[in-house]
Amino acid sequence: MKKWNKAMALALAAGMSLSLVACGGGTGSTPSSNPSQSGGNEGGGSTASEVEIKLWTYPIGSWGGSESKLDDIIASFNAVHPEIKVTYETLDYQNGDNQVTSAITSGGTPDIIMEGPERLVSNWGAAGKMVDLSDLWTEEATADISATSEAVVNACKGTDGKYYEYPLCMTTHCMAINYELFEQAGALQYLDLENRTWTTDNFVKAMETIRDSGLAPVPGIVYCGGTGGDQGTRALVNNLYSGTYTNADHTEYTANSPENVKALTLLKSMVDSQALNANASFVAADELQQFANGTAAVTFCWNASNESQYASQVQFTPYAMAFPSDDGVPELCGGIWGFGIFDNGDQAKIDAAKTFIQFVCDDKKQGPESVRLTGFFPVRSSFGNVYEGTDQAERMAGFQSMMPYLGDYYNVIGNWTAQRNNWFNMLTQILINGEDPQTAADAFVEASNP
Amino acid sequence: MNNKAMGQSLGYRIFAIIILILLAVFFFFPLYWIITGSFKDAITINARQPQWFPLAPTLDNYVKLFKQPAIQWLINTIIMAVGAMALTCLTASLAGYALAKKRFYGKKVLFTLLVCAMALPKQVIVIPLLQEMSVLNLNNSLLAVILPTVGWPFGVFLMKQFSETIPTELMEAARVDGAGELRTFFSVILPIIKPGIGALAIFTFVNSWNDYFLQLIMLQEKAVFTISLGIARLQGEVSSDFGLIMAGAAVAAIPIVVVFLAFQKYFTQGITMGAVKG
Amino acid sequence: MAQKSAQRSAPARVKAEKRSEFSGMSRALVRRETISAYLFLLPSLIFFVGFVLVPMGICLVYSFLKMGIAGVDGFAGFDNYIRMFQDKVFIKGFWNTVLIVVVSVPAVTAFSLWVGSAIYPMRAGLRSFFRCVFYMPVVTGTVAVTVVWKWMFSPYNGLINQITGNIGFDWLGNSKTAIWCIILILFTTTIGQPIVLYVAALGNVDQSLVEAAQVDGATKLQVFWKIKWPQIMPTTLYVLVITTINSFQCFALIQLLTRGGPNYATSTIMYYIFDMAYNYQDFGYANAMGVVLAIVIAIFSALQFKLAKTDD
Repeated sequence: MKKWNKAMALALAAGMSLSLVACGGGTGSTPSSNPSQSGGNEGGGSTASEVEIKLWTYPIGSWGGSESKLDDIIASFNAVHPEIKVTYETLDYQNGDNQVTSAITSGGTPDIIMEGPERLVSNWGAAGKMVDLSDLWTEEATADISATSEAVVNACKGTDGKYYEYPLCMTTHCMAINYELFEQAGALQYLDLENRTWTTDNFVKAMETIRDSGLAPVPGIVYCGGTGGDQGTRALVNNLYSGTYTNADHTEYTANSPENVKALTLLKSMVDSQALNANASFVAADELQQFANGTAAVTFCWNASNESQYASQVQFTPYAMAFPSDDGVPELCGGIWGFGIFDNGDQAKIDAAKTFIQFVCDDKKQGPESVRLTGFFPVRSSFGNVYEGTDQAERMAGFQSMMPYLGDYYNVIGNWTAQRNNWFNMLTQILINGEDPQTAADAFVEASNP
Repeated sequence: MNNKAMGQSLGYRIFAIIILILLAVFFFFPLYWIITGSFKDAITINARQPQWFPLAPTLDNYVKLFKQPAIQWLINTIIMAVGAMALTCLTASLAGYALAKKRFYGKKVLFTLLVCAMALPKQVIVIPLLQEMSVLNLNNSLLAVILPTVGWPFGVFLMKQFSETIPTELMEAARVDGAGELRTFFSVILPIIKPGIGALAIFTFVNSWNDYFLQLIMLQEKAVFTISLGIARLQGEVSSDFGLIMAGAAVAAIPIVVVFLAFQKYFTQGITMGAVKG
Repeated sequence: MAQKSAQRSAPARVKAEKRSEFSGMSRALVRRETISAYLFLLPSLIFFVGFVLVPMGICLVYSFLKMGIAGVDGFAGFDNYIRMFQDKVFIKGFWNTVLIVVVSVPAVTAFSLWVGSAIYPMRAGLRSFFRCVFYMPVVTGTVAVTVVWKWMFSPYNGLINQITGNIGFDWLGNSKTAIWCIILILFTTTIGQPIVLYVAALGNVDQSLVEAAQVDGATKLQVFWKIKWPQIMPTTLYVLVITTINSFQCFALIQLLTRGGPNYATSTIMYYIFDMAYNYQDFGYANAMGVVLAIVIAIFSALQFKLAKTDD
């Protein structure tokens, strides 16, 4: 009678291993199992048949977010290419990465994705999920983008020499102060308003002045949670004593260097003296909200796009500033945004996606408009000042003046996704749990180094 | 002696009532705060002092909310929860009956397996599940949430416990009458285990409505979002705009709260496991 | 072949047990019953095997691989398992999980029993009012309740700090308070069901036994422990099972409130598995943790079940 049990166990095991094989095979063949829209597409790039492509975008100015202007962009694209239907999905920084990971695992990736090199190149590109975009990088385009910054070209290239991103726009990430509040507290004297810079000492004095004035419930908040806005806290720490985040070759993290540890120690002492607050439950967007409310007098997560996003909420003048540094010469983190194509194995869709990217980035009329919608600056030098003659001109000039502070684009270093989590954990350990900065920074470097 | 016991019991009863009322306020308050919060403007929300009732109610948050396909999210959630509920009730009542009332080879092994798998968190199998959905071409669809919910063996366990109460004589009487297995099940067994199915239906519905994790990993596009996922994403997008988030939470909560109040008898009837001897 | 060896190796004791299980049934009847039982079980088994057992099997295989979003990158042997015992975050997550289960399961069970017995003797209207109120967080929905608590706990514009005048204190960002906030919210969202069950169970207690005991001069407490408690035992078992499951699965709270932070102070093993798979994209390691967790939970469930059975 035992045989029945045995038989059942066997059958179960057989079924299980069968499905194992099926799943194993299925995973490999997922791209081809996605049926193409219509059979006639194999020719590739044929404009006669209709193709449907999907675009996912992170909140990059009005490209994403709740006020997305993508409908307008798609409409102007369809005026030229009616045969390509574009649908889109807006992601946010808190959940977007998870959505993409799920999509990659379950074979549901979009055709086009809009974000920066740290995701497109270092993560998904390095994992072999992206299409090589070398053919979009024509000689003309490469020269035009190089003229703005060679770093942009290099950032879009993977370690294997293939281009996984075709960039549209860039900016420098900075911080901002509540101008009126600083004025009232008498803290403006510590700022070089014209150059938008301040020294580390003056930064400390300014924050202490704000604290003593009692005008803001909290002078500033170091957010230690979440998965976005890390560039702000990174730049803050690195600039205070001119430390670097990685070595020059972008092969090792250097957050435990003496300069950085000194900076972390200073931040900890400011937290202790309540010239700053550290909140582990806060993500960058929470901090921004408190800045916009007037609760916090500064924000460490500012750029042109955030300014326009919070414009309707703020009752004061947010004045963009570079991060404070001991030598008064800030090195700001750059942001580069552009497009990548997921390799779904359907050549017709890949070609259609490339057509879309070219239209959006290279078209003489649409290109500058696309850039304006991001709220950032063009990577193509030939576009010139895209805000000239618009009502944004004056506002953007302020941000433009900080572009020369653009520092090393180190985001191409490996293990980027993991280091982001480790970084926020390290800040928590030091600023909130009071652990030794050197020990915590050493642990960060050890856990993050590729 | 008896008197003293009564006195104690009176003091205790007053104490109990006070505690219960305090707790009732505490339990009801989140819902109150969601609903009132959804009518407050940004300035009130971010003020230093709490405003216990929105003095200048605004619909702004709802206007903003319905720029998102919130109604579609609600419909998706209902489809998902009802689908999971119906499938679970059907499969679990059949299986529970067989496990409770039939003697067959492999029963012990199977039941042990079900019990062991009952508390298995879905996080454990998330990667294989996603890949399965890829193979079945179900990625990013409501079915990808429904199917694993139905596979969860808790329903079978519950129905097995409940089916133990069926008097064996009834089954034998039906057999003597020449009724087939299925007919016996549907005409004799089903009416007896109906309350159990009702309890399972409510349990599955509420659980699947609240199963945020499965929704989070399986659904990636706004068109197929559930309302829970919708609010969570809202929080991801606007983070501290609590007025808008509360509007989302209100839209998520109110339909099911209304259904609950209308049918609260069924929800809170509960099943008495007392009659069940494992 | 297989049948013969199976029969030969089977000890006689087992055979005897088997026989008693099917006592009074002819072979043909047993076979017929088995076939019909599996037909009844089939629809359920398709889902159970397809979406629980098979993924679990695959999970086991993956746990021995080096694997990420790029796909399989070689065989890892037992590396993923060894890593677990050296991983401080895993160990922290383990203790957090234990803490949540050990605190919330007894708290929910005891508290719901107390509320159940306190409201059971009340008038029907009052009783159903209280049942409704305590059930409210369940129907409000986990995510909706979580986001409103997030607001109430918020450091600068949260109600709790506004009332206590403690502006700036970060309840969810403090490694001492965060996990207790999670446990508190978990408590409010899981207690509704057990209360309902206990009220129903108390209603089914055999009143004649209670009266007999009272005549014998038993105190209220004695009546409760000697008469009522054994009769509501099956309900207690059921409450223990669902509360344990709920505590193990409190994912939304952690993901939406703290993301396992600050510095993993609220990270449970379940959350860490998700974190490893999604934020660190190490599928091999995530699956290895999953296998260990599944084994622990299976043993735990089986034990819980066994204990409750022998109590009976």
